[in-house]
Amino acid sequence: MVMLERRVEQASFPERLAELWRRKWKGRVGAAFERDGQICRLQCPTKELPELCQWLTCDLRFVLATLIVEEERAGGWLLQYVFYKDSDTPWIYAEVRLSTLSQVIPSLSGLPDGPSFDWHEREAEDLFGLTFEGHPRLGEFVLHEDWPEGVNPMQRGFDAHQHVELRHPDPRWKPPTVVEAPGAFAMPIGPIFSDFAESAHFLLETVGEDVIRTIPRFFYKYRGVEKIGEGQMLDRVLLLAERFSGTSAFAHGLAFCQAVETICGIEVPPRACALRTVFAELERLRHHAAVITGICNSTALAVATAQAALIEEDLLRLTCEAVQHRYLFGLVKPGGLSCDLPEDKCNLLAESTAIIAARLRALHQMLRYSSSFLDRLEEVGIVSTEKAVSYGLVGPIARASGVSRDIRKLLPYAAYNATHFVVPSEQEGDGYARLRVFFHEAEQSAALMRHFLLSVPEGPICGAAVSARADAALAAVEAPQGATFHWLRLNEDGTVARYHITPPSFANWHGFHLAAENFAFQDFPIILASFGLSNAECDR
Amino acid sequence: MANWVLKGLRTGIRTTGYPSRPERAAGVSPGRPHGASLNSIEQADTLVERCPTRAIERQEGGVAVDHRRCVYCLRCQRDGMETVAPWDASYEWATEGLDEAASAKKLQRAFGRSLHIRFLDAGACSACVSEARQLNNPYYNMHRLGLFTTPTPRNADVLLVSGPVSDAMRLPLRKAYEAMPAPKRVVAIGACAIFGGVFGSSFAASGGASQIIPVDVIVPGCPPPPLAILHGLLLVVGRKPPAQPVSRPSDQVMEPA
Repeated sequence: MVMLERRVEQASFPERLAELWRRKWKGRVGAAFERDGQICRLQCPTKELPELCQWLTCDLRFVLATLIVEEERAGGWLLQYVFYKDSDTPWIYAEVRLSTLSQVIPSLSGLPDGPSFDWHEREAEDLFGLTFEGHPRLGEFVLHEDWPEGVNPMQRGFDAHQHVELRHPDPRWKPPTVVEAPGAFAMPIGPIFSDFAESAHFLLETVGEDVIRTIPRFFYKYRGVEKIGEGQMLDRVLLLAERFSGTSAFAHGLAFCQAVETICGIEVPPRACALRTVFAELERLRHHAAVITGICNSTALAVATAQAALIEEDLLRLTCEAVQHRYLFGLVKPGGLSCDLPEDKCNLLAESTAIIAARLRALHQMLRYSSSFLDRLEEVGIVSTEKAVSYGLVGPIARASGVSRDIRKLLPYAAYNATHFVVPSEQEGDGYARLRVFFHEAEQSAALMRHFLLSVPEGPICGAAVSARADAALAAVEAPQGATFHWLRLNEDGTVARYHITPPSFANWHGFHLAAENFAFQDFPIILASFGLSNAECDR
Repeated sequence: MANWVLKGLRTGIRTTGYPSRPERAAGVSPGRPHGASLNSIEQADTLVERCPTRAIERQEGGVAVDHRRCVYCLRCQRDGMETVAPWDASYEWATEGLDEAASAKKLQRAFGRSLHIRFLDAGACSACVSEARQLNNPYYNMHRLGLFTTPTPRNADVLLVSGPVSDAMRLPLRKAYEAMPAPKRVVAIGACAIFGGVFGSSFAASGGASQIIPVDVIVPGCPPPPLAILHGLLLVVGRKPPAQPVSRPSDQVMEPA
């Protein structure tokens, strides 16, 4: 047995995985490798699903990327639980097939890493009408209580352009409260906020000054992007991919294009790879500057807010000067980029970002010595490492809680494997740790941009034209907020059969309530700002 | 101890001279495509075909651009296009709502110079939200013009709406509008709030704010830059004239106003 272990350890991971599978699962779960061992498919009967997923997440330390639900052409339903680890390890697709909708699927929300499955199951239940057995809370998630019962928009028979008559809200409806204490009451905030903010709703259960817990409610901005993309041509769906979340448009456009490129086997030229990296980092830099502005604003530190806002606006102007749009719309396309960055613009970007990085450093330095500011952030809104892991949090929020996971490192794309960088991470998981991660990442983005701008390879900016095939692919990109996964199935005629987006804000909003427990009421805007999340991105 | 007062003073005044003087800093506006006079019908057809939202139309002597429908895919500019639509660098884009006659009449002298604004996100992609938020940064500083945000619709003169109006925001939008005291104005910002943008009208979205409430002023763009939104608000108080919503082949390309 010891001999066997050693042999298994030395083998490459796909072989090792095959060996582990043989020992534990042969006869119970089918396995097959695809795309030169890059993908491992495990066909699993529904009753084995919880044990299999626990084995993957707890024993092998795989991480859930997404849950893809598909109504198969031949009838029946296919559920794919997709897991990833790093570039040496294949993607794992745990597949479950259902012949009818009424067949129940065991809920995975009770597993040790259950919370990371939780919202995916709720979404599938709402949009497809699947039944998850043992889930503590289903319904009223994406579709709110005024949506008619039994109408599931993602089913194939549902026409995306029909008008759905909403029900009248029930006047007896009461918010679902948990806290029972003398004097306890629920305080609603939203969906319309007092400033320029996105629509979401938070129910604060409070006994006066102290808030015991927060019940957030999202999907006020659900625009059904995945549904209205179905049956459309690729160039149309690219518009949706870019525009469902405008502040991270480039990252999502890039993920969509990478999925198309994988399906069609398009090689992206080196110049386009380098420039894509530059633009992705420019977007990250601007996004983080905006979050820092928000954090300063939430603590009412006026001069710091103004300084950060100036940096943010300067970055918007710089982006516009370089590529004709302040939010990088219309830039990425399958195969490369739609416009080149001439040398003078490269120099402009390199010089300007160096200056902006210095200004950010100076601002960070001043904030570090502003005790009144630090008092508001330190030990506020803590997310522990264990919770960050079990909830599957991603991006800067996870990295501030000691989970230094980054798609740019784990599954490099564009030109990220051509450079070395250290993923910033902090341990405390409080508001201040998140602020530090945002600052470090912003500075690092500026450094990465300069690195690539000074040595952009010559050559074309776009590869071969798209020649569509009927196939599916998943692409992973580290958006400013964290890992995003875009899964796409194409028809032979180049139209989109099914499109599934798992944005980082979807994972991170799920963990928001962890930070918003037992806090003083006036800290709420600060906790909210320190997450810096987008509702448009989460709601789609 | 950080000296913020000194830091603020050292930074100096960065605020734009707009609306008294035109703002010419690079990157304040992405500009927009403009109607073009073209010699060949093929050239015009290529432009029309490339436009995913039918913002570009063929007209006698070239193409016209309906700015309200442009979503900035920039496909009329890039991607190996031989003929490109002329690019106009302006930012004064606000115009009266789709029912132009009614809103023009209503806009006249309803308000003095100051406005209280309630922003409402009805399913925007957050780029419009971000651009509206910039109005408070030192560059634009809308307070200097007597424009303020208010936390409640009951104190608001203007409802600033972005997004195609998702199903769940229909009721809040209507309630917020009804809660506002008269006289009140609605400013719809961005292609989504004007006609639904890339989301159009579907089971999940209404296809624009005017489907739910009367819209008085629209600010085209995807997203409209802060100065265009500012122009929209100045149009409400009658301090700036409206722009043309459509540019025709014969129209002159605008410089920053």
